[in-house]
Amino acid sequence: MYGNAYIDPNEKSNSITDGEDIQKLNAFESRISNGEKIEPKDWMPKEYRKQLVRMIEQHAHSEIIGALPEGTWITRAPGFRRKLALMAKVQDEVGHAQLLYSAAETLGKSREAMINDLITGKSKYSNVFNYPAYTWADACIIAWLIDAGAIINQVANAKGSYGPYCRALDRICVEESFHLKYGHDNVVTLATGSKIQREMVQAALNRWWPPIMHFFGPSDKISLHTEILMKWKVKMATNDDMRQQFLNMYVPKIWDLGLTVPDSKLMKNNENKWEYTEPDWDEFKRVINGGGPCNAERLAVRRNAEERGRWVRQALLAKDSKYLIPLA
Amino acid sequence: MIKSLDPRVTRSEIDLNNSIDPLKDLDQWETYEAFHQKKRGEQHIHVGIVHAPNPEMALLFAKDQYGRRGITANIWVVKTAHIFMTEYDDQDIFETTPEKIYREAGGYKVMEKINKYRKETKISK
Ligand SMILES: [Fe+2]
Ligand SMILES: [Fe+2]
Repeated sequence: MYGNAYIDPNEKSNSITDGEDIQKLNAFESRISNGEKIEPKDWMPKEYRKQLVRMIEQHAHSEIIGALPEGTWITRAPGFRRKLALMAKVQDEVGHAQLLYSAAETLGKSREAMINDLITGKSKYSNVFNYPAYTWADACIIAWLIDAGAIINQVANAKGSYGPYCRALDRICVEESFHLKYGHDNVVTLATGSKIQREMVQAALNRWWPPIMHFFGPSDKISLHTEILMKWKVKMATNDDMRQQFLNMYVPKIWDLGLTVPDSKLMKNNENKWEYTEPDWDEFKRVINGGGPCNAERLAVRRNAEERGRWVRQALLAKDSKYLIPLA
Repeated sequence: MIKSLDPRVTRSEIDLNNSIDPLKDLDQWETYEAFHQKKRGEQHIHVGIVHAPNPEMALLFAKDQYGRRGITANIWVVKTAHIFMTEYDDQDIFETTPEKIYREAGGYKVMEKINKYRKETKISK
């Protein structure tokens, strides 16, 4: 749920392309199947626009809210170099939000409208950020494994069909490789350190494992809707495929450090697939709908920032300003 | 509910039920398109946009957004409103025809003519 297309299980799938001009729809679909990108002013089906706005906006919110649990640790990061690095990472994440808001804006939703939907709780953001980073090790696990999950998602989506989103993701992926290395370095330092450090990082991994398993969202219901969004290259991989990819890449790396994953069922089966305990999707739903330990706080901090900065933005606003949808 | 670990919450005592008026249009200002030149001698390349109240701040934000790592020689910003463009739907205006080969270097095959002439006139090496 970090920026993957969301399919409402109650939506009727035969209504997806109802009322669309069939000739335009065919031209649009053949452009996509030829590997060409769609640009902002091109004709596009209503459902394509709607899903992209929802997906890109949610992704942008995730970047900006994701900066909060990590930002908390800047002043307490051990040593000057790590403070600098964490500050740089947090700045990157906020920059990612800006790039993504811009991409969503090209589809016709203003940044003000997106921020309003975030701070009133109407729009969602990645559920993982509704959990706290209790210790420095939690901040390290986030930087390594949450960013790793985000990279899998972002690399897949960068091959999607909407030009502005792909361009934003290409820029973002370059910076994510620093986040991943930085996070891994921190986790390695703890895991190869003293007994207390090893216990601390193991405890953080135990806390973060359930949210990490939730990260890619519940299994997709295979429906016509999913198929169409995949054909339109809005959804690039199923949630389960991305989760498998994550486990495949990172479980061995976790084990390399002598850490244990808190799931006794976790193993690779004969078909080269990871088996695991089914994540608690009731907990996921409860948290995404506002019941997590940090939901209220995350939005309150955001509202506070908007409120406090408002007079500055108003004082700077030039009288002859006019908003136009950005070009690309 | 856990006690917050965030100094913004604990020290500035943010009320978790704070409510604010919604952002109005232009709260986030208008947009500028940003162009980035990596090294002297290279082209400026369009890299994205920034929201800003004036060109000076647009340059500042563009520096933060598009020049915060790697190398940068120069940045331009221009108001989105000041950009004019062709329409993707008018793709046919860029269509070219095979007879336009006269515009291409490959359209000139002098060696064929020279070889033919040398053969005819028996010019030896
Ligand atoms: Fe990011
Ligand atoms: Fe990141």
